[in-house]
Amino acid sequence: MTTSVESGPGGPALAPSGGIEVRGITKRFPGVVANSDVNLTIRPGTVHALIGENGAGKSTLMKILYGVQKPDEGTIAVDGREVHFSSPTDAIKVGIGMVFQHFMLADNLTVLENVVLGAEHLYGIGGNARVQIKAISADYGFGLDPDVLVEELGVGQRQRVEILKVLYRGARTIVLDEPTAVLVPQEVDALFANLRELRASGHTILFISHKLDEVLAIADDITVMRRGKTVGEADPATATKHQLAELMVGSELPDPETEESTVTTTPMLTMRDVGLTDAAGRDLLTGIDLTIHRGEVLGIAGVEGNGQAELVETIMGMRRPTGGMIDVGGANVTRWTTRRRRKLGIGFIPEDRHRHGLLLDAPLWENRILGHQTSRQLNWRGVIRRRAAKKDTRRIVEQYDVRTPTINTHARALSGGNQQKLIVGREMSGDPVLLIAAHPTRGVDVGAQGAIWNHIKTARREGLAVLLISADLDELIGLSDRIQVILRGEMVGEFDPDRVTPQELGAAMTGGKGGEQ
Amino acid sequence: MRSTALLRKIAQVVVAPLIALAIALLVTSLVVVLAGNSVSVFFDVMLTPPSQRIWVNIINQTAMLFLAGMAAAIAFRMNLFNIGIEGQYTLASYSGALVAGMALFPGTLNILAALVVAMAVGAAWAAIAGVLKVTRGVSEVISTIMLNSIAITLVGWLLNTYGDQYGQGRRTTPIPESSQLLGLGFGFFDTSTGGVFALASLAVIVGVGFALVINRSRFGFDLRATGGNEAAAIASGVRVKKMIVISMLLSGGVAGLIWMPDLFGGADYYGTPFQSGLGFTGLAVALLGRNRPLGVAFGALLFAWLSVQANPLGLKADISPSVVQITQGVVVLVVVVVYEVVRRWGAAAEQRALRSTLETAPAGGQA
Repeated sequence: MTTSVESGPGGPALAPSGGIEVRGITKRFPGVVANSDVNLTIRPGTVHALIGENGAGKSTLMKILYGVQKPDEGTIAVDGREVHFSSPTDAIKVGIGMVFQHFMLADNLTVLENVVLGAEHLYGIGGNARVQIKAISADYGFGLDPDVLVEELGVGQRQRVEILKVLYRGARTIVLDEPTAVLVPQEVDALFANLRELRASGHTILFISHKLDEVLAIADDITVMRRGKTVGEADPATATKHQLAELMVGSELPDPETEESTVTTTPMLTMRDVGLTDAAGRDLLTGIDLTIHRGEVLGIAGVEGNGQAELVETIMGMRRPTGGMIDVGGANVTRWTTRRRRKLGIGFIPEDRHRHGLLLDAPLWENRILGHQTSRQLNWRGVIRRRAAKKDTRRIVEQYDVRTPTINTHARALSGGNQQKLIVGREMSGDPVLLIAAHPTRGVDVGAQGAIWNHIKTARREGLAVLLISADLDELIGLSDRIQVILRGEMVGEFDPDRVTPQELGAAMTGGKGGEQ
Repeated sequence: MRSTALLRKIAQVVVAPLIALAIALLVTSLVVVLAGNSVSVFFDVMLTPPSQRIWVNIINQTAMLFLAGMAAAIAFRMNLFNIGIEGQYTLASYSGALVAGMALFPGTLNILAALVVAMAVGAAWAAIAGVLKVTRGVSEVISTIMLNSIAITLVGWLLNTYGDQYGQGRRTTPIPESSQLLGLGFGFFDTSTGGVFALASLAVIVGVGFALVINRSRFGFDLRATGGNEAAAIASGVRVKKMIVISMLLSGGVAGLIWMPDLFGGADYYGTPFQSGLGFTGLAVALLGRNRPLGVAFGALLFAWLSVQANPLGLKADISPSVVQITQGVVVLVVVVVYEVVRRWGAAAEQRALRSTLETAPAGGQA
């Protein structure tokens, strides 16, 4: 593909600039080499995709490019000039702007205020800034009104505000960290349209992702990272997903496909007309009706923040529903405490493992006890059975391939994937009847992902009922027996994973159209 | 890596407090010099081998400070800041002395009754802060500080209104002779001037009980889990509100015992012999001892040594004995910093251990 210099539909055509040469970058952290001899050439005026599984070192490289981290070795050159960053300010000075995965916007400020915050010296905070913002928004088709409060914007629009922020600061190179992770398919298309216009106007884009379809759709060049190293380059015109996947993981991608159905007719979890309101009286969940049978995986699809977390917390008893009934295996647990529900055999893989799943400063064997304090195996009349806990932790470490020196290591020291494997192993212990799995493979490397999928499938075959919440539509479609879509705290449709496409799910998730029923 | 774990433990338990103590003594020496006094005389006095009588004093102080430290540690382990130990033990000491003075029961039973009342009053006073926190979201730091003032004022008023006139002041009715406990000599100390408080044994009982309950029981696990990560504790089925009230009750209950050894070991009544300030010092001792019984025992001994040995400073060296409060303050300040440094060092060592495991493990792991 040639470097496009011609003017895009509206973007001011400048000579392409912002090309980056990264040579021999190495970065060591205590205990890990995050980047090792990384080489990357980003041609000016192109979209360059950097792909690799979680933990491959993409984020570290990105932080180095943005001046957050200093490399131990190696050089960076922008438009042929070698640069050294000691802070993000230096990076933005040479025209490198960063759009983070988690937006850094103040909800209670307007678009204008968010954009000028910290860049007041450029165009002031009033009329000039407004003109400038409107101009950028119009040039690239962002369609943003500078005087709207950010809290009123959707996820896609917020992302455009973030991109606008870096353009406003004069960025020629824009680094986007997994920009599509928070978007539904339709929003992804809109983002890509924006990116093409930016490219047409001579900007250079570094697109970090692990979603191969998207990379093939947008990128001019592809660089693959694995285990801290750049292991190869690919041409999106000729490369296949298969080849990229092999470069990324060194082997074939694991497949979440479920084999034949094991669904029974015995309901394990039944929710009838469950509602939940917050302290201010706003509805968080409305009229939730769902049933999961023994041996069934029910997938919940939805854009993040549409009530998934509240649904999980209501089932676990961490929140009291304002109405309705919850039944687990024939017992009406609506008014039960979390502990009593746990005793019934509910396993819980929380969305945020650091917040809800681990005691980071406690050894692994104590983490084995967390959530299972009342288990007969682990306590005897209120006395913790330390030996049994340690023994069972060793079993989990072995069966679930948790990479740790000893079971006395603190949970904090483990990588995210290994922490997750420990949690999955723990929640699968003691023969649970119902598993609440929220994003069970988030932030986990591909090897561990496949293992976790296998554990869920095995348990399902043995009669486990699973509520699966995931932002990864492939995971959801591959593992679920049924998929329900949640939107603004309501179940808005049900799909058969064998027939649904990610596009259809995406439409339902954003309220485009209802389910099949 | 077993050896690094051991090294880390030694550093945390022994080296860190020693560094803190060294720095604190350095600062104190500086103050002594700036005040125009001789450092050598200061150290001479502080390090004079204690006489038997002084040793007894140190041990008695240690026991009471240890109880105060344990009261603080129970709450600290759950991330609760019970700043109200001072008020809890003041009110509890008065109540205990009052009940013991009534002599409702004979001899030993009278002591037990007084202990129960003291614990109950301390626990109840602490529970006010706990209940306010779980029902109204009031920070326990603020409420316990205010409850301190209320408790101290309340005791003053009660004593003035209902106390017996004694000399210039007032006191509770002295406990009957049958409830007075003789000091222990352990065949070593001269008991004619007092001896070690018999109820110093409460410190041992509380220390052992603390270690067992916190480290070995399910309740202790729930408590530590709540202190370590409240959100995870809730998800694991801990009822945090209940735990807050229970741990405040326990903390206040232990606080109620602080002055009991002295009451039955020589003071005989609540009035001028009452030693105030133990509650606040207990917070520092708990911090110094990292909320572990052995650590707190060491901290209590150090603080007791400093305050008892400092008494003759004014007489012998013309230095105000209060100068050791600078030592105590700096120790606590520095130890917090040093513990954090050691913790980070330990975390880095653990990361290295993890890496060596990963490197020897088969492929597929995550960096």
